[in-house]
Order: sequence, then C-alpha cells, then structure tokens
Amino acid sequence: MSMVAEAPLKNAVPTDQELIDFVVREARLIDQQRFDEWLDLYADDAFYWMPLEWNQTDPRLTCSLMYEDKLLLSIRVERLKGARTFSQKPKSRCHHVLQTPQVDSRDAAANSYVTWTPMHYVETRLEEQTLYAAWATHHISVENGRLKIKLKRVDLINCDAAFGNIQLFM
Amino acid sequence: MTRYAGNAAALRGLVRDQEVHRDVYVSEEVFQLEMEHMFPNSWVYVGHDSQVPNAGDYYGTTIGTQPILLVRHTDGTVKVLHNRCPHKGTRITSETCGNTGKFFRCPYHAWSFKTDGSLLAIPLKKGYENTGFEQSHAATGMAPVRHVRNYRGFVFAKINDGGLDFEEFFGESLSSFDNMIDRSPVGQLKVAGGVLRYMHNCNWKMLVENQTDTCHPMVAHESSAGTVVEVWKKAPPGTRKPMAVEIIAPFMSPYEFFENMGIRIWDNGHGHTGVHHSIHSDYSAIPGYFEKMTAAYGEERAKAILGENRHNTVYFPNIMIKGPIQLLRHFKPIAANKTLVESWTFQLVDAPDMLLERTLMYNRLINAPTSIVGHDDLEMYERAQEGLHSNANEWVNLQRLYSPDEAGQTNVAVNGTSEWPMRHQFRAWTKFMTMGM
Repeated sequence: MSMVAEAPLKNAVPTDQELIDFVVREARLIDQQRFDEWLDLYADDAFYWMPLEWNQTDPRLTCSLMYEDKLLLSIRVERLKGARTFSQKPKSRCHHVLQTPQVDSRDAAANSYVTWTPMHYVETRLEEQTLYAAWATHHISVENGRLKIKLKRVDLINCDAAFGNIQLFM
Repeated sequence: MTRYAGNAAALRGLVRDQEVHRDVYVSEEVFQLEMEHMFPNSWVYVGHDSQVPNAGDYYGTTIGTQPILLVRHTDGTVKVLHNRCPHKGTRITSETCGNTGKFFRCPYHAWSFKTDGSLLAIPLKKGYENTGFEQSHAATGMAPVRHVRNYRGFVFAKINDGGLDFEEFFGESLSSFDNMIDRSPVGQLKVAGGVLRYMHNCNWKMLVENQTDTCHPMVAHESSAGTVVEVWKKAPPGTRKPMAVEIIAPFMSPYEFFENMGIRIWDNGHGHTGVHHSIHSDYSAIPGYFEKMTAAYGEERAKAILGENRHNTVYFPNIMIKGPIQLLRHFKPIAANKTLVESWTFQLVDAPDMLLERTLMYNRLINAPTSIVGHDDLEMYERAQEGLHSNANEWVNLQRLYSPDEAGQTNVAVNGTSEWPMRHQFRAWTKFMTMGM
C-alpha cells in the first residue's frame, strides 16, 4: 500500500500533468485511508461540497449532502479513529476508479486551476458493497509551493436518490 | 402462517404495560396489518400546501405503503387522491411533483380526471354503453381520500371513515405546529431547501421511538458530538463558535440536562421532549429577526413564541417536527425491516434567510445519509433489527420511570428521561391497530 511522497512542484505554475497527478493522489490517499495526509491537501479555507440537487448552484439556501469546511472535515477524520465509533466497527473501505482528469481551466494570474474527473466510487462494509457514479470538480491553487484544494465538488449521478449510509469520502 | 390477522386479542397481547413483543418490529404480518388497519385509522401527514401553490400542482407521496397524491383543485382547496387509474391501476403522475393543468390524464389509455378525482372522459366511451359501467368502481374516477384536513398549511388525511375526528385525534398537540408556524412574522411557512431522503434497514417505529429517547445521545453520539466537543476544545481562545458546533455539541449534554428538559405526554401517542429547555435553546440570535417578530406580534408575544424551545414533537404515527428549527421528519414505512426517512425543511416567510441557512445546516449535519450523527443512529437501529431475531428474549423493555397509574393520563409533563412516550405510542398503536376489528 506504500506510495511515493508528494512531489514538489517544479515551477510556480503547475503543469497539467502535475494537476492530474494531484487529483489522482487525492483519491489514492482516501482509498488507502491516509486521512490526515488527505486533509493536508485542503487549504485552510477549503470546502468539500456534495450537492443534493442536479445542477445545484447554491450551497447555502439549498440543502446539500455535504458542504463542509476544514473544521467539519477534520471532525470526520478524528471520528473515524474513535474507539466508540460504532458505525465503523468494522470499518468501511472504499475504492475509486477515476477517468483521467481533464484540466478545464487554468488562470495562473488568479492562482486558480479547475479539473473535472468522472469517477466510479465503491464503498463497502460487511456484506454490503455500493457503487456510486459521480463527477468530481477540483478547484486548486498553489500555496507555498504546494497544490491545495480550495473546493472539491462531487456531483453524484443520482444525487436525489434515497441512500443508505455513505461514511467515507468520494 | 398467520398469527395476527383478524385476531385483535393476539395483537393486543404484543403490547404490555412495560414491554412490547419483538413481532411489532420484525413480523411482516404485523407490518401488513399496520398498513391495512393502523395507518388507515389514523390521521397521517401527507404534505405541506406550499408544495402545491397553484391549481393543478400535485405532489405524490404515500400513506403507509399506499400511493397517493396531494393536488390543488381548481377551486383552490387541496385534495388527496389515490394515485392509481381506476381502469387498470396505472400510477397517474409521471414525476414526484409537477403541474397537471386542468385535469389528470392516464398515460396508458387516456382516461382523464378532474383534479378532485372525478372522471372527466374516456376515449371510445361508446364501448361502455349498456355494460352497467355507471355502477362500476371505475366510473367514480380516481378515488379521493375523504377525510382531509389542512391545518395552517400542514395537510393530513385519514383513509378510513371510522376513528377519531381531526381535533379529537390531535388535541393539545397542535400547539407545536402553532409554535413552529408562529415563528414566521406573518405566520406562514414554505417548504424550502430540498428534501433529504435516507434509507434505513429497520422498522419505522424504531425511528419514531428514538425521537423521544433522551438516554442515547451522549452514548450513541459520543463518536460524532463527542469528537466535535474535543476538536473544538483545541480552537484558539476567543475563536467565534461556528454554527455547526452550536448545532452538534449539545448532543453531548449530560443526563441531568435531559432529565430536567422534561417530556410532555398528550393523547393518542403524541408528545414532545423539551418542556423547559432543549438542545436548541442556546443558538445565537439571528440579526434582525427578533425586531421583525416584535414588530409583528409585540415584544411580549414575540418573546413567548421564541422562548418555547420544544425539542422533538412526535405526532403518532410517523412524523416528528422541530419547531425551533422548522424541520419535519417523515418516517415512511416500506417493509417490516425497511423505512425511508424524509427530512423536510421550511422557510419562515418574511424572516431573515439566515434562519433557513441554519435549518439546512442542521438537516445535513444530523439527518443526511452522509451525516455522522445519522450514521451513529442507523447503526443502532440495524443492530436492533438484527438482534431481535434472538429467541433468548422475545420482549423489548420500555420500563424506565414507569408508573402504574400513567395509562389514561394526558397533557402531563414528566422527567425528560422517561420512556413513557414510547409506552404511550404503543398504547395508541394498539388502539388504532385494533379499531374496528
């Protein structure tokens, strides 16, 4: 399960390949349950957004499945380690299959890069295995020579369906 | 094998003063009898009239497991119709909600119906001449649910003719709806923000019971709320407490908090937690809101409305509302071991948007399939649904703070950790299950 450490950016402006590698690495850290390292990929003012509605534009006055800042994400990560986190006894596991991310926009002056990644995500616990199909949109910027996620948006193809537990991160 | 059909005595035997038999949760036969008797004998929540503001607007839902729809008739009233074509049974509406115009049209053979359900037209009607069609079931159109009440926007329906009238069924308990609605400066709510739908592999009554179960939060939610408290302790001194922490942290309040919070018992299985205070009491004020309330109601009345901090009000059989945060949870039965939980949110008309923002944050943090608090609860329900198959003990204990004189008492406030509300729900369950048997 080992994995090479994060490679430093070669230049101040990331290449498309560096952005793609970053998105792939994020998914791999989740699948390997290296959640502290995963959280470190997020900027301090980052949000993780999973809309509830198809083509949702507003996270504030329309409900979402998740719209979480780094504090809430860190609470999730801490909870997963907890001795009395009964819904994670036994633990869930997950698996991402990503299509190669596409770099949708790059604006070096604004330090803003956006990628789009269709994916299949499997979450499993005990006898249950559930497949989700989604598109991940990453809004990325460079901070102190490292790529950081400012916003990760996960649009489920069936965002308005009735789900059972979704306990890890897509 | 049937044990309970047509056997009121056997059904009554499932509920004792201090315990209930596991079959109320695990037996498919008991579940089917709930659908045939208990739900049709009760006033069941259908939807909110803001979901169908204009003539022809409809919204499809269920009473028990029966498909129905709520529709705004041309005369402005709301009707509740069985959502099946009287011809071959086809579900009439294509979408969950929409506008049908002046009439419904079945997509199979084009029979059409007015929005009160009455038959409008049939193609090739001649083919029914001299067949006695006028006397058929089909000629009556889409069958309306005859007993419908719109209470300040909240629509309830009762399928059976027998049973209690609306006022008798709800009695004093409507005060929780009143308080939620009065929190709007113009006394009006609107469904807003979208509905969270969460599938549970457990019996619907486990969810209803859990709404007044005040001995579980500090245990089952230690993983979520406890972690919130621990993580928040590490915040630099002077950091403003985020809304999310205000919402989740009170779940870790100690037993004394919940004991003193109080529980009120009304007739027919209704009741609420949070008589004196609740986990919703200490939310930050929303700028501009109190001023609007004062302007609308006067200061004294505004304070009285906002000073009420009821926690969970359970309406038998299958909804719960939270007045202070304008939320309604609908526990929709699907099978003995399967329940769809819908969590609906409301906007207080003419109040600041920030209230809706908080309501939506509460809903996604607590009631979403992605919610860590939801994960804690569902794990317990599913373990119970599984554990009840043990033959070592066929009974579920509901004895906490039992008093032999409690049956028949109504509108009383008691210790907030009592399991009286659950015993009370099961007394109502027996009553409406066996009514007319």
